Amino acid sequence: MQNNKMAQIWQQISRNQILIPFAALLLLALFNLIADPSFFRITLKDNANGDPVLSGQLISIIDSGSELAILAIGMTLVTAASGGQDISVGAAIAISGSVLLRVLCGSDSRSEEMQAPIIVAFLIACVVSMLFGAFNGALVAYFKIQPMVATLILFTAGRSIAAWINNNELPIVKDPSFSYYGNYIPGIPVPAPFLIAIVCFVVTWLVLKFTTLGLYVQSVGINEKTSRLNGLNPELIKLLTYVLLGLCVAVAALIKVSRISTINYSVIAKDIEMDAILAVALGGNALSGGKFNMAASVLGAYVIQFLTTTLYKFEVNAAALPAYKAVVVILLVVMSAPTVREKLSALVKKINGSASAEKT
Amino acid sequence: MKMKKLVAVVISTIVCAAMLTGCATNGGGGSSGGGKSGDLIKVGIINNDPNESGYRTANDKDLKATFTKENGFDASFAYSLKNDEQITHAQKFIQDEVDYLLLSAADTAGWDGVLKEAQNAGVKVILFDRTVDADESLYEASIVSDMDKEGQTAVDWLKSQNLDKYEVIHIQGVMGSAAQKGRSGALDAAAQEDSSKWNIVAQQTAEWNAEKAQQIVQSVIDSGKSFNVIYAENDDMAKGAVAALDKANISHGVGKDVIVMGFDCNKWALEELLKQNWNYDGQCNPFQSEYIKDVIQKLENGEKLTQKTIIMNEKGFDATTITQADVDNYGI
Repeated sequence: MQNNKMAQIWQQISRNQILIPFAALLLLALFNLIADPSFFRITLKDNANGDPVLSGQLISIIDSGSELAILAIGMTLVTAASGGQDISVGAAIAISGSVLLRVLCGSDSRSEEMQAPIIVAFLIACVVSMLFGAFNGALVAYFKIQPMVATLILFTAGRSIAAWINNNELPIVKDPSFSYYGNYIPGIPVPAPFLIAIVCFVVTWLVLKFTTLGLYVQSVGINEKTSRLNGLNPELIKLLTYVLLGLCVAVAALIKVSRISTINYSVIAKDIEMDAILAVALGGNALSGGKFNMAASVLGAYVIQFLTTTLYKFEVNAAALPAYKAVVVILLVVMSAPTVREKLSALVKKINGSASAEKT
Repeated sequence: MKMKKLVAVVISTIVCAAMLTGCATNGGGGSSGGGKSGDLIKVGIINNDPNESGYRTANDKDLKATFTKENGFDASFAYSLKNDEQITHAQKFIQDEVDYLLLSAADTAGWDGVLKEAQNAGVKVILFDRTVDADESLYEASIVSDMDKEGQTAVDWLKSQNLDKYEVIHIQGVMGSAAQKGRSGALDAAAQEDSSKWNIVAQQTAEWNAEKAQQIVQSVIDSGKSFNVIYAENDDMAKGAVAALDKANISHGVGKDVIVMGFDCNKWALEELLKQNWNYDGQCNPFQSEYIKDVIQKLENGEKLTQKTIIMNEKGFDATTITQADVDNYGI
């Protein structure tokens, strides 16, 4: 009887998508705990401005992984609705960041004072970013172009557009208040990017809980025709997910440019699109669309950062770094693949079954 | 349904075409001079896209400022980051009968054929910034930076600081790039030479990326290791490293706990030196046009060049001696 209950609980857990990124996280944490427990040390120290801030590897992880986590939110929606991924998010961050700095600095890239309030610049960047999202979304939803091909356009052209927005100059914001968003808000010892990320999660969670967005997105992803027959407008919903990803991109861009108060068009958020897609995959979401688990994607994003920080911590040879990452990623993705999980849970059932059979 | 697909294809073609022409006009591709030349020297300049980096932007500006009608040149510019497109541009310039072909090749391979064509047509080729894998007889001169020397200058400067102990965080560029190899080589050699004094605390690639550099330095700080030098192979990465130091309240700059070194001499980086927040910045000279002009003048006068490979002078700036004039003259 007891055994049965255990099996049931186990089944419930193993069926839950979040198990995979969670297990990966535990594995990484365990590895670090054995190798060097000081990995988990967190201290409260003053930073250069004299504000007390938390520091430690764990803090670095939740700090650096936040942009990725925010992008993972949008990427999950896009993946679920359109069954494809947006590979232009890195270039879109460059565009959005460039717009942000352009508005803040005006025509003088070395201006001492900000020419516009940050909130205004941010809102303009949001609008621009959502327009580019809508461009991608329209190509995918209305012209039925493969998402990867449709977003390839911006992927290729985005960084040049970003450079063009600022006449190829590299504006620098000298006002310290701009750097709060990528570092610390004075008086709050938790990294600001993590706080921003939390706000994003909460808003997303509320939206998914209290609106039908999640349901609609999943039904469009599962079967477009049926959802049309049920009175949904699949094109509009797909477009909407790309616009929402655009919003996520703008938030991530704010954090990115705020971290160093400037921008470098060719390297900012380089290869982040791959990590964002990986986060979605790690979360156990089918990349072909349909059902999704937002929390699992977000956790997946932090797992990727956990891995990166671990590799930095153990000073893996620079040339070999991508190889190590690739091995771990292959393992994680294979583990989280739906077919493998089914096989695994079947295996567990069998073992449980034979165990209980032996007892009786 | 079919109609829809057709429309999709047509519109995406239009969009693509628009993007392509957009890029072309952005890059200013094709000829801007052309036409009759009189006694102007006709030059065709093939460069990488000026959007590529601050270095390239400065390089392009410098060339445009030198090869003007006032200076006796009729210059046409073409830009591409792709080798095959550059080769097409080169062929076009040869057909246009330019006197000189100035080339900063995107890729080292595949230039033999077109350079031979140039030679047969009597077009003199001068390479700048980047070399190509072709026989030396196919070009007149090659004007380049010596990355090994840049690294050596920086390490020599670091040695001259006479620290008791060198505990270096070494942040590398994209592995395998010429700049990374040259700048890493000198430091590695120094560390091996005197391992009692020199210790590379961390050596990691940040791929020219400021945030990655920040994470790497953050990781070293978090693991509680001590260090007193940050050797970043470009300015962006040095900036990221400094952001991590600021977060952890570790002082940096002249007479402070940590020495910060960068490369490329961006204007903002030199300003950091001027404020003594950083200690050293090594130049990667984008101002090749004077050297090129010199070569052309010599060739026009019928002089022989003493050497084919011309290595540019490159400076290293020290925060204690840098002046505002240096920032204005050498900042890119």
